[in-house]
Amino acid sequence: MKSEVILHINGEQRSTVIRQADTLLVVLRHLELTGAKPGCLNGDCGACTVLVNDTPIKSCMMLAIETVGQEITTIEGLHDTAIQRAFVEQFAFQCGYCTPGFVMNAYALTTQKPDADEETIRKWLESNICRCTSYQEIEQAVRSVLVQKKR
Amino acid sequence: MIPFDVAYYRPSTIEEAVQLFSSLEAEGKRPLYYGGGTEFITLARLGRTFADAVIDLKSLPECRILSVTAHELTFGAALSLSTIEEANSFPLLTKAVREIADRTARNQITLGGNICGRIFYHEAVLPFLLADSRVVIAGKEGISEQSIHEVFEQYMRLSPSQFLVQVKIDAVYNKLPYVHTKRRQQGNTGYPLVTVAALKKDEKLRVAFSGVCPFPFRSLEVEERLNRKLPLDVRIANAIEALPSPVLDDIEGSANYRLFVLRHALLDVITALEGESA
Amino acid sequence: MIGKSVIRKEAWEKVTGKAKYTLDTVSSGTLHAKLVTSPYAHARIRDIRTEKAYAAPGVRAILTGEGLPLTGEDLRDRPPIAWEKVRYHGEVVAVVVADTLMQAEQAAQLISIIYEPLRVVGSPKEALAEGAPLLHENLATYQKGKYTYPEPGTNIAHRTKIRKGSMEKGWAESDVVVEASFSFSPSDHAAMETRCATAEIRADGTVVITASTQAPFMIKRLIGEYFGEEVGKVVVHTPFVGGAYGGKAPVQLELLAYLAAKAVGGRKVSVWNTREQDMVTSPVHIGMEATIKLGATKDGKITAAEMVFLFDGGAYSDKAIDVTRAAAADCTGPYHINNVWCDSLCVYTNHPYASPFRSFGHCEQAFAIERTIDMLAEKLQMDKLAIRERNAILPGNTTPTQVMLNKSNVGNLPACIARVRELIEWDEWQRIEINSRLVRAKGVSCSWKTSTIDTDASSGAIITFNTDGSINLITGVVEIGTGTKTVLAQILAEKLKMDINDIHVKMDIDTQTTPEHWKTVASRGTFMAGRAVLSAADDAIRQLKAIAACILRVSSEDLEVGYGNVFLRDDPSVYIPIKEIAYGYKYPNGNAIGGQIIGRGHYILRHLTPLDKETGAGKPGPEWTVCSHAVEVEFDKRDYTYRIIKAVSVIDIGKVLNEKAALGQVMGAMSMGLSFASRETFFFDRYERVLNAQFRTYRPLRFGEHPEYIADFVYTPQIDAPYGSRGVGEHGLIGMPAALANALSTAAQVPLNQLPLLPELIWRTKEGWFNDSV
Repeated sequence: MKSEVILHINGEQRSTVIRQADTLLVVLRHLELTGAKPGCLNGDCGACTVLVNDTPIKSCMMLAIETVGQEITTIEGLHDTAIQRAFVEQFAFQCGYCTPGFVMNAYALTTQKPDADEETIRKWLESNICRCTSYQEIEQAVRSVLVQKKR
Repeated sequence: MIPFDVAYYRPSTIEEAVQLFSSLEAEGKRPLYYGGGTEFITLARLGRTFADAVIDLKSLPECRILSVTAHELTFGAALSLSTIEEANSFPLLTKAVREIADRTARNQITLGGNICGRIFYHEAVLPFLLADSRVVIAGKEGISEQSIHEVFEQYMRLSPSQFLVQVKIDAVYNKLPYVHTKRRQQGNTGYPLVTVAALKKDEKLRVAFSGVCPFPFRSLEVEERLNRKLPLDVRIANAIEALPSPVLDDIEGSANYRLFVLRHALLDVITALEGESA
Repeated sequence: MIGKSVIRKEAWEKVTGKAKYTLDTVSSGTLHAKLVTSPYAHARIRDIRTEKAYAAPGVRAILTGEGLPLTGEDLRDRPPIAWEKVRYHGEVVAVVVADTLMQAEQAAQLISIIYEPLRVVGSPKEALAEGAPLLHENLATYQKGKYTYPEPGTNIAHRTKIRKGSMEKGWAESDVVVEASFSFSPSDHAAMETRCATAEIRADGTVVITASTQAPFMIKRLIGEYFGEEVGKVVVHTPFVGGAYGGKAPVQLELLAYLAAKAVGGRKVSVWNTREQDMVTSPVHIGMEATIKLGATKDGKITAAEMVFLFDGGAYSDKAIDVTRAAAADCTGPYHINNVWCDSLCVYTNHPYASPFRSFGHCEQAFAIERTIDMLAEKLQMDKLAIRERNAILPGNTTPTQVMLNKSNVGNLPACIARVRELIEWDEWQRIEINSRLVRAKGVSCSWKTSTIDTDASSGAIITFNTDGSINLITGVVEIGTGTKTVLAQILAEKLKMDINDIHVKMDIDTQTTPEHWKTVASRGTFMAGRAVLSAADDAIRQLKAIAACILRVSSEDLEVGYGNVFLRDDPSVYIPIKEIAYGYKYPNGNAIGGQIIGRGHYILRHLTPLDKETGAGKPGPEWTVCSHAVEVEFDKRDYTYRIIKAVSVIDIGKVLNEKAALGQVMGAMSMGLSFASRETFFFDRYERVLNAQFRTYRPLRFGEHPEYIADFVYTPQIDAPYGSRGVGEHGLIGMPAALANALSTAAQVPLNQLPLLPELIWRTKEGWFNDSV
């Protein structure tokens, strides 16, 4: 059951042939957008998080065909954003495998909820697992961006 | 990776969705109504479910409604849990859905998916059981509206060709005192050991549970025992005797421990709703 | 440069998603393998039928275990694919290779296997009980290393004995004795990148493997040893690795990828674990049962320690033997005890097989020892930090394996304890009731660790120059997340007095062109590779000076290298830029001298010896890093739930090389230790099948569940290490389980001697529910 579809990814139109049963994660990786990572394929770890119409989504849990006509943003679509700089400066990653997913989620949080309180930050960011850092570094990175936004 | 082929359909009207189901079935296919997709993709990857066609309900306008009038609140089945959370039109529901999975997952999980799925906790249904809600169901026989109590008995008793369109509650319920508590094995995410949702209406407690038994439930017998004019610990002990099935005993916690947790959860819930004096 | 929080060299690669991990490099045209795994923990394989699967579309090969050699690093007990018998739930019984992963998965469904279930062994104690089923009937015939001591006819893969002093004397000198038992089940590393490998065999017979591993050089060696491949024809590539924590030190999927490639005429095959497989099929974090008995004088001096560690090595011994040996080598913890008796056993069970886990046997044994020390302090009514201070190991003391310590090879434990005392405000209070339900309590622990690695493990480094005078730094350390490659660049920049931005670090490993670093394990990267880098720098400096001396017509002894130049020490205005000589020097008339400068260096650990079979005497590692830890909890006496408020680790690091990287290592290790201690375990059913091989039911710590972390350092240089720095990658973890258990035992006023510390465990212990099943 294959179809040719056009996906809108990072501001570009990408034409590709997919199985209708393919998840978005599989298709993105076939398009060599390998920033989104397969960590569990079960919606549990968040390493595959991308934005669909600006909403964080676990791309292993969505069929690619569902996203036809929607705007997909992957880590490859972020360039020198405040949250990326903050992750770099705060050493908010080590092995880097969870980082694209964490950054996408944190990017959506900091751009859409600049007034996020502690509870909101926690509720959003508990969607991703990081096994290397203590989370304290990620917390500092996110808070530093929120502080900048409030200024 | 779903290890079998699936045809994807996205109808734009209820009629079209129902017809699609019938015609696919007539072709010998096994169609499945599809909401957020998280449960289907999870189970399909592990070979624990099968469908060769999915009918996505997210484009049906009726399923996307979130309306609040003076008399009634209507929740479309295809609303994501985070949409419901952000709208916060029924605070008990907000609290219940906020504890399901995690925020990113809730951007996808739909109300209908949580209530009608196979994973048995169905925590989003608890507030609706308490609010004597009405469910709108579409199927081959058309669209019907029924009391949730007629349809939800341990799980949603829908035939494969039916789907949940909406859940409605009387507006009075979103003003009532409520309590919701979810107790887990450890930490802030994960399945419940015990989830208790409660409302107070006409000076009577209404209580619904998930995680206690292998299905969510509201039991009038349990409620009756909890509302007796007896010391609180006696009421709780009596209520526990009336649980509708043996208590779950699994990797989240043993049956005895769950009972321990349940007693305290009930104590906290009732104390909060009846005030310190109770 | 040294000590600065230099931004990691690969930082922008990682925050933009451009960093490539093994699976990201799989090209189209690669074949895919699906592992067929055992649903039983112990069974005879009666029959495997593959005909139907062979006929499925896209299938290129199906591998079974027939005729394969046994593998294992210390003891060859494991067939790469099970044959005749499966010994754990999740063990590989067949591998299907097909054009696409989906075809491989579909074909895998068509393989029919008939099993005859056998009685299962579910714990070390069960394994050692009389009449227990034997996992390995042929233990006596297995090929083994010289220092591996299996006990045929039992389920013991290896026993390490430590015998120091006289137990008779030790007990006689003691006024009080405490004894306690401890246990926990196997758990997982849960690296976010699951293990994966690809392999292809080129027309000339070159075997090319790409793997997510900590041990690319070991893969090369083992493929040679196991399968008779010429070692020079095995080339292993390792790009970035998405977390490892010891779980990627063993060699497993690489063997399957190699065998699969061989079965399809050398075509490239990808083998990749699903999360579920990664948790049970690939090696796990070891479980343990232990009994500790300590004797002490009235004033708290420990005079005797008797300990039995029964490690749950699972179905195959592999690296578990080494882990259990390391636990024994440091069995007393960082305390000076004259009379020590320890047996540490690597025991076979029908559990997934074990591998190293960050801290290599130490957080496990420390949990048992440090809990017992708290119990001893309680019995003596002594302050729990004071008793640790009283027994702290010092220069001039000997270790359990009888190594004499000096000011360089051991850090300053009393200083670590003193700092922890301040940071956790120990003297203010140790347990306070907040209200009728909530109580706050603090727990402490100490730890130490040396790195028990092969006595001939070595590390090499190469530096080359670019025409602009910048440097390429090539080492065999795998970038598993520790930031070691950046730290090595800092070491080099400091040595050559140059801008860190002018040092280009080769991130990936290619065993054909990268000098060997034994394995990226044991917190040894900075020490060994650091020494190799310094040696390579010296080599380059010597060559640069030689050619500059010629051009400048001076003695090379009068020259210095730095700031991009070679210059006269007493008159820097006489100089020549490195870029003009790095590729030879061309005189104005066209004549040339010299040639490309290539600095090479290596380092090998000195004077290490294997442990004596009967006494354990021997030198297992170069130095002991010491640490002290504390945890503060808020405990609900009614519900038995708790929150971890604060966690402290003070480590004698010698010298900080990159501050934020060092803090990150320590805090990350603490987080992993607390996660393990508070929530991580496999749940087994009565057939010893793992019930929770998913993050939905195996739940590591998440954001918001983290306490406040305080990491601090003491600085006692290790004289022969680069700038005096000590290994620190694992040490934050070691004392966390113990400190948490001590805090909760104090809070709940009941000894908590099992892990993980789930509220249900505390409830059971406190209320005496032990007989019902979980």
